[in-house]
Amino acid sequence: MSAQNYVSQSFGPAFNWKKVLRNHGGLVALAVILVFNILVTPNFLQLQTLFVNISQVATIAIVAMGMTLVIATGGIDLSVGAIMALAGAIAPLIFQSEFGQMYPVLGVALAIGFPVLVAMACGLFNGALVSILKVQPIIATLILFISGRGIAQVLTNGNLQTFKNPAFSYLGTGKILGLPFQGWLAIVIAIVLFWVINRTIFGRYVLAVGGNERAATLSGGPVRRVKIAVYIICGALAGLAGLIVVAINSASDAARNGDLMELDAIAAAVVGGALLQGGRAPIFGAILGAVIIQLVKYTLLANGVEDEVALIAKALIIVAAVYVQQARKE
Amino acid sequence: MSAIQKAFNGVVALDGASLEIEKGEVHALIGQNGAGKSTLIKILTGVYRSDDGAVEFDGAESLISSPREAQAAGIATIYQELNLVPLRSVTENIVMGYEPKKLGVFIDWDEAHNRAREILKRFGIDIDVTARLGSFSTAIQQLVAIARAVSLDAKLVIMDEPTSSLDVSEVKVLFGVVRSLRDAGVSVLYVSHFLDELFEICDRVTTMRDGRTVDCRKMDGVTKLGLISGMLGRDSSEIAEAGMTEFSGGAAKHGEVLLHADNIATGPRLTKLDMTVHRGEIVGLGGLLGSGRTEAARALFGIDPLASGTVSLKGLDARLETPAAAIKAGIAFLTEDRKAEGIIPDMTVRENLTLALLPKLTRNGQIDRAREREIVQGFIEALGIKTAGMEQPIRELSGGNQQKVLLARWLAVEPELLILDEPTRGVDVGAKREIQAIIRDFVSKGFGVVLISSEFEELVEGADRIVVLNEGRSITELKNPGITEDILVHALAHTDGEAA
Amino acid sequence: MLDTNAFDLRSYISRNPQSIAVWIALAALITFGLLRYDNFGGAYNISSFLNYNSMFIIISVGMSFVIMTGGIDLSVGSVAAFTSVVAAYMSPYGIEIALPIAVLAGMLFGGLNAFFIIALRIPPFIATLATMLGAKGGALVISGADTIAVDWGSNFTKMGMEKVFNILPWSIVVVGIIVVGLWFLLEKTSLGRTVLAIGGSEDASTLMGLKVNRTKAFVYLLSGGCAGLAGVILASGFGAGQPLEGIGWELSAIAAVVVGGTLLTGGLGSVPATVAGALLLGLVFNILNFENGLGTISISAYWQMVIRGGFLFAVILFQARVMSRNKRKGRVA
Repeated sequence: MSAQNYVSQSFGPAFNWKKVLRNHGGLVALAVILVFNILVTPNFLQLQTLFVNISQVATIAIVAMGMTLVIATGGIDLSVGAIMALAGAIAPLIFQSEFGQMYPVLGVALAIGFPVLVAMACGLFNGALVSILKVQPIIATLILFISGRGIAQVLTNGNLQTFKNPAFSYLGTGKILGLPFQGWLAIVIAIVLFWVINRTIFGRYVLAVGGNERAATLSGGPVRRVKIAVYIICGALAGLAGLIVVAINSASDAARNGDLMELDAIAAAVVGGALLQGGRAPIFGAILGAVIIQLVKYTLLANGVEDEVALIAKALIIVAAVYVQQARKE
Repeated sequence: MSAIQKAFNGVVALDGASLEIEKGEVHALIGQNGAGKSTLIKILTGVYRSDDGAVEFDGAESLISSPREAQAAGIATIYQELNLVPLRSVTENIVMGYEPKKLGVFIDWDEAHNRAREILKRFGIDIDVTARLGSFSTAIQQLVAIARAVSLDAKLVIMDEPTSSLDVSEVKVLFGVVRSLRDAGVSVLYVSHFLDELFEICDRVTTMRDGRTVDCRKMDGVTKLGLISGMLGRDSSEIAEAGMTEFSGGAAKHGEVLLHADNIATGPRLTKLDMTVHRGEIVGLGGLLGSGRTEAARALFGIDPLASGTVSLKGLDARLETPAAAIKAGIAFLTEDRKAEGIIPDMTVRENLTLALLPKLTRNGQIDRAREREIVQGFIEALGIKTAGMEQPIRELSGGNQQKVLLARWLAVEPELLILDEPTRGVDVGAKREIQAIIRDFVSKGFGVVLISSEFEELVEGADRIVVLNEGRSITELKNPGITEDILVHALAHTDGEAA
Repeated sequence: MLDTNAFDLRSYISRNPQSIAVWIALAALITFGLLRYDNFGGAYNISSFLNYNSMFIIISVGMSFVIMTGGIDLSVGSVAAFTSVVAAYMSPYGIEIALPIAVLAGMLFGGLNAFFIIALRIPPFIATLATMLGAKGGALVISGADTIAVDWGSNFTKMGMEKVFNILPWSIVVVGIIVVGLWFLLEKTSLGRTVLAIGGSEDASTLMGLKVNRTKAFVYLLSGGCAGLAGVILASGFGAGQPLEGIGWELSAIAAVVVGGTLLTGGLGSVPATVAGALLLGLVFNILNFENGLGTISISAYWQMVIRGGFLFAVILFQARVMSRNKRKGRVA
């Protein structure tokens, strides 16, 4: 006890830049990137730039929020990219079918609803492996990582599906109050998930399972169900993101939709403050992480830096974020 | 002469501690939790570095800065939490880091196995040394840890709570080993909460309090009361009057039957248990380690499924298949393993305290936060939990206060039966008495308690009845008043003889 | 766990229940292949199979050491891509120069992983994820995002194209020698036992006075070096440095290690079983190709992915059953 007090007092009230960096590293990084862009990147302060970035960020953020929930229980989901491809491949099959063209409204509704259901089924599969068969999450989700995209390509014979369907494309190109629809969607999802984590019994159990699974079980927590649920939610959000990508492009390419998204999502979650061992679920952190990752990509691209160097930059961001996090814990 | 002296200044955990161990003596180190014993040991063994002060070992100043250097210098340590690798073989755990080699590179496994067998034989243990360590009982694992220390030809062996998971006969084996070490000129630093042991085995005792060493004297002429008063920093006559535990003196009237376990079994470690708990009664489960005490608790709480037998609550059949079902039925279970099964370290005191209560705090899935805070504040005050506030992470609390939070977690669900597995283990003397008082208060309201404790004193004074277990079966029952530690030990020993 | 009783089959099985599955499956698949296809046991199939899979064997074995310490190395695929480019650039100087330099380049990334994990205390999953991105970016930068042709005039391409006794490609010979060496290292040296001890319990290993940090650095350097070697084989087998290759290799390697019965949490593991795991995953593909060739079914590349995932699922189910049966017997505490 006394040692604890001693330590906490020693920080003192004076301004401590190290502490600021530790606790608000993400925001500081964001500020630095923004200032840099305003000074250097041509045409940065234009609405067009904002829209491009928001529509890109939204998909990463939606997936990253689901990933954050999974990571909060101490798990990981490598299959999100494959699930995006699968959901994205199914949607055009539905609204372009005879049935879908005969009943366009129902067709679009089904083209959104059914792929998300399939994505949830994928999540259920992952969650059941993890919580019932006790397979390590990285291996359990590896199965769909490998075969999910394959299933999508089998369904489409590996063809690029292009389409014209304004109703469906609204998911990716619509605007509300001048801002892209998917940006609003991401914000709504974030608010709902934030509320779920902080105010509901389910949220508390998510954190408890990640914090100490045995203790959660012995306290009567429905550990299995909680774990299955986070994978289902993560799957659903990945499916939704897959639909958005398809809607943006007015085309579904099962080979590329969501490719390497699992990395971006994990990176965004971690940059946002999620701990890989579980017990923390910073939802808005995931959005912040997604924004940082997207902005770095954009900054480098807009300034003529090659794509491949952007990869290295992403790597550095991840290491820096986790290092700061680690230092805060010690 | 080999002697160690150390002194520290300026560290909060240790504030001027010094310790002197002579060659070939068994030296006891005692103190409440948080008194600085573990820190002192870790500095001695190079896990931590001291800010100030000096360590002298074997007549020369020592500059030990890692566990490896400590071992090389001849200091071997057996830590409180087993520090072995259960997935690896017994042999590996004994020789690791010092494997016998062929051609200077390749491990000579035949020689290694022989060496392991030989050392264990000295302890009277004959096991398959090529098997995984994890496949053996905790007691065997503990003895393997000691075997490793002995095999390193240490000059000083440090034992931190070596008997906490041993039964009576194994303790005897251990003491035999300690004596033979002493006779061979090896020094032993012996840390234990079990004060009775010290009289049997130790030559001198050093007492620590608040990061300082306050006393060092010969074991002859010290009384148990004297040791306790030294640890607490209170007058010994005060304690003598109050009794040794907070349990003494409170024998309540018992009501109707609360729980009845009829012939239950869960597997090879619990084969037949019959017991009844009445309202207002504390029923102790007596038995040595491995007798099925913890398994009995786990069965009643629905962790291990019943293979046979029935449990009834208040006269009705109870189907306790999961902890959640048991909690709903009015049963609570305080685990013996606070760290692994109790606390959620990164969560706050508030979140830890209400974890089991959540379903009752929730409407339409949403947690009633005002009520949650109110309940938590109530328990912090009622149980005297020392915390900076309910939003402090529980990991920052002392062991005793963590235990109180866990106790509150269960009291909050208002159970009718509370199963307590080692409720005061690893808790300092002060908090121990407070926890015992809470338990007494709980039963006085007409609820029931099942108490498991390795401390005979706590059982004898605390329980109204003691169900004695042996090899997974309940064999006899003792009734208070009238139970003494002697009677309990005889009950255990008697059955031991019968079984053999 | 192959100690003195290494070759007592019953004791091996009782101690490695989790790796029996892979041996049974491997034997079954080989028998199936031999009975069903004429050319399955032919020299051409064997040598091309071994040549291609030598890359996966070596990175899987490197990965298994990392996993045995309880870590993970996600960077191996990108590192192999990077070193294939390095090897291609160095190919004019011959294999004796190109190989060590490429392996060193791989170890450089391994060293970076070790630095992140040990000095900066970044969890292995994240540290090696970052290195994966970095190595991928690096490979694209140094190659200009294009394949780099090797020098056909030097002896560099012998590694992947010439065969010993007309059947064993040099690549599998080199990999085989290294794998046997690593097997001995794991079973017979203190370093090997320390690798397992750290995975079993890192804290206990530290308190036992084992050289924990040095050993961890070793496994990441080893894994990087193995990936480097895989890069050399890649470049020499395809006649070009391949900056875009290696995607998903880390997951194949992890799958091979897990199929071989190594616990992802560390502390247990076997080199031969890992090799068997890698061969098994490769064989599934090999057999699917034969099925295609027979014309009984027409399996597109997409179906192969689905089937590969399904196969992994089957192995996991089998392992879960073996493990739970053992748990009930109280063997795995």
